[in-house]
Amino acid sequence: MRIGIPRETQPGERRVAASPESVEQLIKLGFTVVVESGAGMASHFHDDAYDQAGAEVVANSREVWSASDVVIKVMPPAATASGEHEADLMRPGATLISFLWPARNGELLQRLAARGVNVLAMDAVPRISRAQKLDALSSMANIAGYRAVIEAAEHFGRFFTGQITAAGKIPPAKVMVIGAGVAGLSALGTAAGLGAIVRAFDTRPEVKEQVESMGAEFLEVEMEEEGGGEGGYAKVMSEAFIEAEMALFAAQAREVDIIITTALIPGKPAPKLITEDMVKSMARGSVVVDLAAEQGGNCACTVAGEVTEKHGVTIIGYTDLPSRLATQASRLYATNIRHLLAELAPGKDGNIVIDMEDEVIRGTTVVKAGEITWPPPPPRISAAPAKPKPTRAPVVEQKKRNPLWNTAAIMGVLALVFAGVGATAPPEFLNHFTVFVLSCFIGYKVVWSVTPSLHTPLISVTNAISGIIVVGALLQISAPPGSIVTVLAFIAVLISTINIAGGFLVTQRMLGMFRKQDD
Amino acid sequence: MSSGLTTAAYLAAGALFILSLSGLSHPESARRGNLYGMVGMFVAIVATVSMTAVTNYALIAPAMIIGAAIGLVVARRVAMTAMPQLVAMLHSFVGLAAVLVGFATYLDPGVHHPGEVERTIHEIEIYLGVLIGALTFTGSVVAFGKLQGVIGSKPLIFPARHWLNLGLLLASIFAGYWFVGANPGLGLTMLLAMTMMALLFGVLMVVAIGGADMPVVISMLNSYSGWAAAATGFMLSNDLLIITGALVGSSGAILSYIMCRAMNRHFLSVIAGGFGATATSGGGDDGEQGEVEAISAEETAQLLLDADGVVIVPGYGMAVAQAQHSIAEITAKLKSRGVDVRFAIHPVAGRMPGHMNVLLAEARVPYDIVLEMDEINADFPGTDVVLVIGANDIVNPSAQTDPGSPIAGMPVLEVWNARTVVVMKRSMATGYAGVENPLFLRENTRMLFGDARATAEAIQGAL
Repeated sequence: MRIGIPRETQPGERRVAASPESVEQLIKLGFTVVVESGAGMASHFHDDAYDQAGAEVVANSREVWSASDVVIKVMPPAATASGEHEADLMRPGATLISFLWPARNGELLQRLAARGVNVLAMDAVPRISRAQKLDALSSMANIAGYRAVIEAAEHFGRFFTGQITAAGKIPPAKVMVIGAGVAGLSALGTAAGLGAIVRAFDTRPEVKEQVESMGAEFLEVEMEEEGGGEGGYAKVMSEAFIEAEMALFAAQAREVDIIITTALIPGKPAPKLITEDMVKSMARGSVVVDLAAEQGGNCACTVAGEVTEKHGVTIIGYTDLPSRLATQASRLYATNIRHLLAELAPGKDGNIVIDMEDEVIRGTTVVKAGEITWPPPPPRISAAPAKPKPTRAPVVEQKKRNPLWNTAAIMGVLALVFAGVGATAPPEFLNHFTVFVLSCFIGYKVVWSVTPSLHTPLISVTNAISGIIVVGALLQISAPPGSIVTVLAFIAVLISTINIAGGFLVTQRMLGMFRKQDD
Repeated sequence: MSSGLTTAAYLAAGALFILSLSGLSHPESARRGNLYGMVGMFVAIVATVSMTAVTNYALIAPAMIIGAAIGLVVARRVAMTAMPQLVAMLHSFVGLAAVLVGFATYLDPGVHHPGEVERTIHEIEIYLGVLIGALTFTGSVVAFGKLQGVIGSKPLIFPARHWLNLGLLLASIFAGYWFVGANPGLGLTMLLAMTMMALLFGVLMVVAIGGADMPVVISMLNSYSGWAAAATGFMLSNDLLIITGALVGSSGAILSYIMCRAMNRHFLSVIAGGFGATATSGGGDDGEQGEVEAISAEETAQLLLDADGVVIVPGYGMAVAQAQHSIAEITAKLKSRGVDVRFAIHPVAGRMPGHMNVLLAEARVPYDIVLEMDEINADFPGTDVVLVIGANDIVNPSAQTDPGSPIAGMPVLEVWNARTVVVMKRSMATGYAGVENPLFLRENTRMLFGDARATAEAIQGAL
């Protein structure tokens, strides 16, 4: 099959859906690849590089769209400068793979369905462990978090790291990150790497460990409410919680220099977390980076797509942060796409099969042969680190009996045995019997404390001491000389002595070999 | 020596034996423990020999000198890999000694009984002592033969053997009924007949048990030899023998229990035997599909060098190939380059309890990096490379995944959770349980074929 990579047409979009490396890999999967001339320029991938990787480079955008069985792209298809819509250029039965945002782009979805194509939306990849390598949202969020810190640094008038120099003391910057998803964690790590004091807030308490692992402090409100929703995203919180949370942000706003917000709730406008009052309370020269600008922004003062200044605070509302790190973003996105194509073409023969039984592919597919299949059934497994325990299935079901009854039964039997022995046996036997039973108990207690690594020495030493049977033979050997008893006793003494000498010596040899690391 | 003094000496010996066993709770105190055992034995023998009733020094001296000489020579020469055989052989001696002492007691004309009840009890004691001793004797001899390779280690199943065993048991009880209270002539006949049956029973019992169950067999025979000594103590009215026998008997019983638990098997089903004979039909047909990927010794060496954490899982194959010294060298080299190397020991790895620990100790691997299954199983997900040497069933994932597998539910080392698993193995043959191992077909598994020692030396060279 032929894969086409058109140039992105949306103004300001610098990414591309395939890198020369990914093209090489796609060809290995059996595909042929067509790249529109200049598609990778903004990401610094030259046409020659694609050509060398084995792709055909064509100048005409139409040709890429109409002659490909699979079109891979970053942004959803849109109307071109010449008035045509990219979706209409596709061959019926072909497949489109790109970001699509089906919840927002209902009309586009209809148009694609009417065209009779298959559409796989990279933003609809289910968030389950198996699909992590396809998860373009995560790889883009990672870049957005990194870039958010870089943008903040550009507009912030000071160092991130604290220093004491001859020219005076430089205080470290204080950064608060709201929302510790992929983007938030990436921002935390980047800011901490630059030397800032970093704090993070998230409604999901289970991310505390991850936050702390990035070298940041986890801010908590004194309240019991879990914010983990389906698929590892956050959910809407109760009013009381929001109130407590807002008080925390207001207090932090007076103290920190940089606020990076990444709070999103799927299918809902971004929650307003930073009010204009909070912005007003921040020191002049502070920076707010709002990663939720596209969904309406977490900050009341955000203007989507722009950098504005209000009350002396710079507010960055860029919605294209990944595209501002185009080379890296393209590389990661291209790899995500390549993994998806590898899943689609399990035979490595250059043919894709959209298997709706596969949970990952089912979730990603939003249009199948002209029919809208979005939204998919909900994913079954949470993306939170819930480790599935290996299932153990013993063949024989253990008979479940109350252990107390078992013990009672054993005790009862033993009591009967003891009573029987006590009633009938002569006193001399009873003395021996007492010794025997007590010794069994001592043996039981002592042997359980033996370390498993010394089980072999245990066996050989018990072997040696069971040679104590020599005592019995010694008592008999003095029978009248020449009798059969003497002969039997002689042999018994001989072999049990072998046992004693051999057992102790071999135990000694073994134990001598056990040594500690630094002996 | 007065009888009071003898009793005191026996008491001291018994206490020393208990100290000896409790010393084994840690490798550092174990050597002292063994010393206690020796002192206890010395005290017991000296006390016995100096009793007024014991006079026949002309026979005692040669018997003990010859016996000690043989014992010392054997113990000095034995290779650590042959330890299970030696132990089995020594068990058979205890069994035989119990039989001999039992017969001698029965034939001893100097024994008189104050009453009829005493006589009955005494005869039952003799009967039991000889019975346990006889089956310990032949059972240990067969176990020795299997471990030494003289007898095939596959279970040998006789048709209707359960009925045969039951018949032997009933016949023994019947003979015992005739034996008690009989005149000396009939009594001796019955005792001999029962001895023959017990000897046969011992053979039948161990012959039916497969090689993989040897740790259980060894522990069980250990236990029996203890009970034989205890029974002898009852017949001779000797408390020291009773104490020692009970200690050894319960020790062996606990070990058998631990070994059975490590294989998720019931003690009775191990004794009933036959494991591994029917197993091949159990799984495998609908097993995992996949390809076996081979790896060379050089690549393995590179893999080990690149790793931060390595876990080595030894099995019986290491013992057979005597590869423990090369493995120890590899460990030392890796550690000197900053690789964290540890060993994971499954409770039933090898042919007797603790077998692997002894081999690694012989090769001077420090015992504090040798860990038990429960200590290390949780660490596999963070391990870069696992090196499995001649082990099979103890690393078989189907014990957890395939309820139809004969080893289902057996606790296993979860090596497949590591990033890469290298399995050193002679061929793709199954382990003693006869179960296919899907581990070999896993994506993260590489097979390093060849004799464990040769390949270990190749890895060592490549490092």
